[in-house]
Amino acid sequence: MSQSLLELRNVSMSFGGMRVNDDISFSIGKGERVALIGPNGAGKTTLVNVISGDLTPSQGAVQLAGVDVTGLPISDRVDAGLIRTFQITRLFKSLTVAQNVALAVMQRKGLTRQIFSSPMDRPDVRREWERALGTLGIAHLADRQVSKLAYGQQRLLDLAIGLALEPKVLLLDEPAAGVPSEESSKIIEAIDRLPSDIAVLMIEHDMDLVFKFARRVLVLANGKLIFQGDPAEVTHHQEVRRAYLGSYADARHAS
Amino acid sequence: MTDRTMVDGMSAPRLTLPLELRAVAITLALGALGYALFPDDLAFLTRLISIALLVLSLDLVTGYCGVASLGHAAIYGVSAYVVGNACLAGHSDPLLLLLVGAVAGAVMGLVSGALVTRFKGLPQLVLSIAVGQLVAALANKLSTLTGGSDGLSGISPGRIFGIYAFDMYGRTGYVFSVAVLLIVFVVLLRIVRSPFGLLCQAIKDDGLRARMIGARVYPRLVLMYGVSGVVGGIGGALNAINTGVVGLDSVGFERSAEALVMLVLGGAGSLWGALIGSIVFQVFEHYVSAANPFHWMTMVGALLIAVVLFAPKGLVSLGGLLAGRTASVLRRRP
Amino acid sequence: MAWTGLSIGLDALSYGMVLFIISIGLSIMMGLMRVVNLAHGAFAMIGGYLASFALKNAGVGYPLAIVLTVLGTIAIAFPLEFLLYRRIYRKSDELTQILLTIGIAFVIIGVANYVLGPTTKPIPLPPLLSGPVDLGFRMIPAHRIFVVICGVCTAGLLWLLIDRTEFGIRLRAAVDNGDMAESLGIKTQILFSATFALAVGLAAFGGVVGAELLPVEPFYALRYMVTFLVVVSVGGAGSIPGAVAASILLGLADTTGKYLAPEYGEFFFYLAVILVVFLFPNGLLGRRH
Repeated sequence: MSQSLLELRNVSMSFGGMRVNDDISFSIGKGERVALIGPNGAGKTTLVNVISGDLTPSQGAVQLAGVDVTGLPISDRVDAGLIRTFQITRLFKSLTVAQNVALAVMQRKGLTRQIFSSPMDRPDVRREWERALGTLGIAHLADRQVSKLAYGQQRLLDLAIGLALEPKVLLLDEPAAGVPSEESSKIIEAIDRLPSDIAVLMIEHDMDLVFKFARRVLVLANGKLIFQGDPAEVTHHQEVRRAYLGSYADARHAS
Repeated sequence: MTDRTMVDGMSAPRLTLPLELRAVAITLALGALGYALFPDDLAFLTRLISIALLVLSLDLVTGYCGVASLGHAAIYGVSAYVVGNACLAGHSDPLLLLLVGAVAGAVMGLVSGALVTRFKGLPQLVLSIAVGQLVAALANKLSTLTGGSDGLSGISPGRIFGIYAFDMYGRTGYVFSVAVLLIVFVVLLRIVRSPFGLLCQAIKDDGLRARMIGARVYPRLVLMYGVSGVVGGIGGALNAINTGVVGLDSVGFERSAEALVMLVLGGAGSLWGALIGSIVFQVFEHYVSAANPFHWMTMVGALLIAVVLFAPKGLVSLGGLLAGRTASVLRRRP
Repeated sequence: MAWTGLSIGLDALSYGMVLFIISIGLSIMMGLMRVVNLAHGAFAMIGGYLASFALKNAGVGYPLAIVLTVLGTIAIAFPLEFLLYRRIYRKSDELTQILLTIGIAFVIIGVANYVLGPTTKPIPLPPLLSGPVDLGFRMIPAHRIFVVICGVCTAGLLWLLIDRTEFGIRLRAAVDNGDMAESLGIKTQILFSATFALAVGLAAFGGVVGAELLPVEPFYALRYMVTFLVVVSVGGAGSIPGAVAASILLGLADTTGKYLAPEYGEFFFYLAVILVVFLFPNGLLGRRH
């Protein structure tokens, strides 16, 4: 049991009577690669927000390496190694690429209390943010203002910030969405090269990517976890097929 | 435009020193220029510097943390009153008075920061106004400490280092003020590029993302408010030391609003912007406002509308744009 | 003691009602267009000036003067909507809105001062409203009662407008979800313009009927700029009942403070503001965003 890094126990989340997440339990162990899939509106992003601490669940508990973090603020979870990236890119647009990543490094090292010195170029700090940028192939953009980056580059940077925080558990919210293919291969490579001992939970629509990446798949539909298991089985699972087909039928109906 | 031009030495330590030296040189040059242009009106210039410190102080919270405040004069005014009272109580060493002002400003900054940065948006704006108005009402009421509407007068600071007395032409006061501004400015240049300063800008850009890299947003903002309080407090102290009088106008809403106007005119989020904005605005005011105070109001209003429409990032960005254009024109020529 | 209480109560109520009539337009604008309009008070002031002109120089009767004033203020404000306000609806950041609208307020103050001079402009009341009313046990200025009636009617009519009309349905849809409303074919720009006109008209109306309590002079726009904003914040942007509650509460805080401890000025008013904002950051009856 001590191997479990992230564990959800009977987590439910309601907004004004609407159950968006309904009694969800699963656990992810050291080194595991898990994908979370599900049709639109299944409650995936809400679940990520609950895990990351942006939302407090109505019921249930979130555990990180055996410690209950349900009531803890976001920053404490980050300190404990729970890191997420965002579906819609969120970056610090008035800073440079290097500053975005260096800030993450300095935050992790407890240097952001420094008010007068500038440790961004201290060798130990510099090495780390340069490595994170290098891993994603954007080291040449280090001095560029974030507002001047192309979209694909912004996604790479978002991931670089995540890496710089040295996650134990990494939540990736559609890391490759909207990224041109040559850059998405960089993202996939970077995900492949993540330290093998960390646990990764990835939300993704692209099933090719899911099959390439995940050893285990969780399927969320209408707020419920309807399947968890081997990626090879997921396409044959009756309930999963119904959930997806149902949503397509609904979508056709609406449009 | 190359990538290097954007960062202005932010990432390379080799460039850090020249940037600060440049700041010293420019500030000294501006000081000398001011003396050359207004030799008979040094009182105006010392007042300008005192207000410039208030605008710099506001820039730290508005430009660097994204907190729109319409009550920042509370910090400035309270410090001025505290310094005035300290001086009247016999503590007349100017450096000690500056320290007193800085401490009073820090306290005010921390208190108002703790109140104001708790929320965002409209509640935040209204809290900043309410804090300012509360202080203004108190200043009016506590006339034993503030002199009420007559102002607190008779403040006469002693000699600087026990040597240089404040003269009636304001020469000592002017040199003193330029020196204080210079030191504060250089220190602030460092602070905004420190990890703490960068983090504040990150919070301004995206508070949730900042949390997601582990930042404690509220304490950081309160701390920046405290730093801002020190700067504003020094400004207030200079006001009391140089003019010898502290009036209700130094805590009023108009002072807060004007500081915001100056900041945006120059360019929020840039220390140079704060400095340029306060200089341009006050020199302009010096001439126009004297001619006709009512037209002055119209012109400030029109200026604000023009800035929002045509130069939303302030004069400092116009300057940058102009420099960039000139450079590219020059480059195009063989 | 009881009489003092009654006097304070009536003064507070009538003051609160003036605050409500003027602020509710701002509140609706902030709820729908998310514009922090610091020039709102300037429109109330323009209303006051127009009414003064209509009553004193043109010799129009009081009721007609009110109608003309409201229409005239909307006519004056509309070019501003077209040229400036449209740019800052919904999308601009707060700082931009504050600066643009303070700029507009300053220009209006400057022009008013230049054209009309710095003096307070009287708005003569008709005989019916200028005298006292005998309640049997106490004499009360008729104007106070008139203001309260105006406030109650404004709240009632607005409620009808927003709850019971096609305009109201569209308005509420747009407040709830602007993009959705747009995709359902609601022309948001026209809706915004209509709401702006409504807000300005209400401000002008409040400026006229409230002139006894908030005298019309050039610095009116600056003097009460903050007060109106505070009412909206305390009540919760876009909420009519919230604005009523906030107006009465703040009217009471201000009037009581000035009766009992006049030397403290607006101290108690702003103390109340800080407390309420802390306890109800989304407004007394505001909705969560």
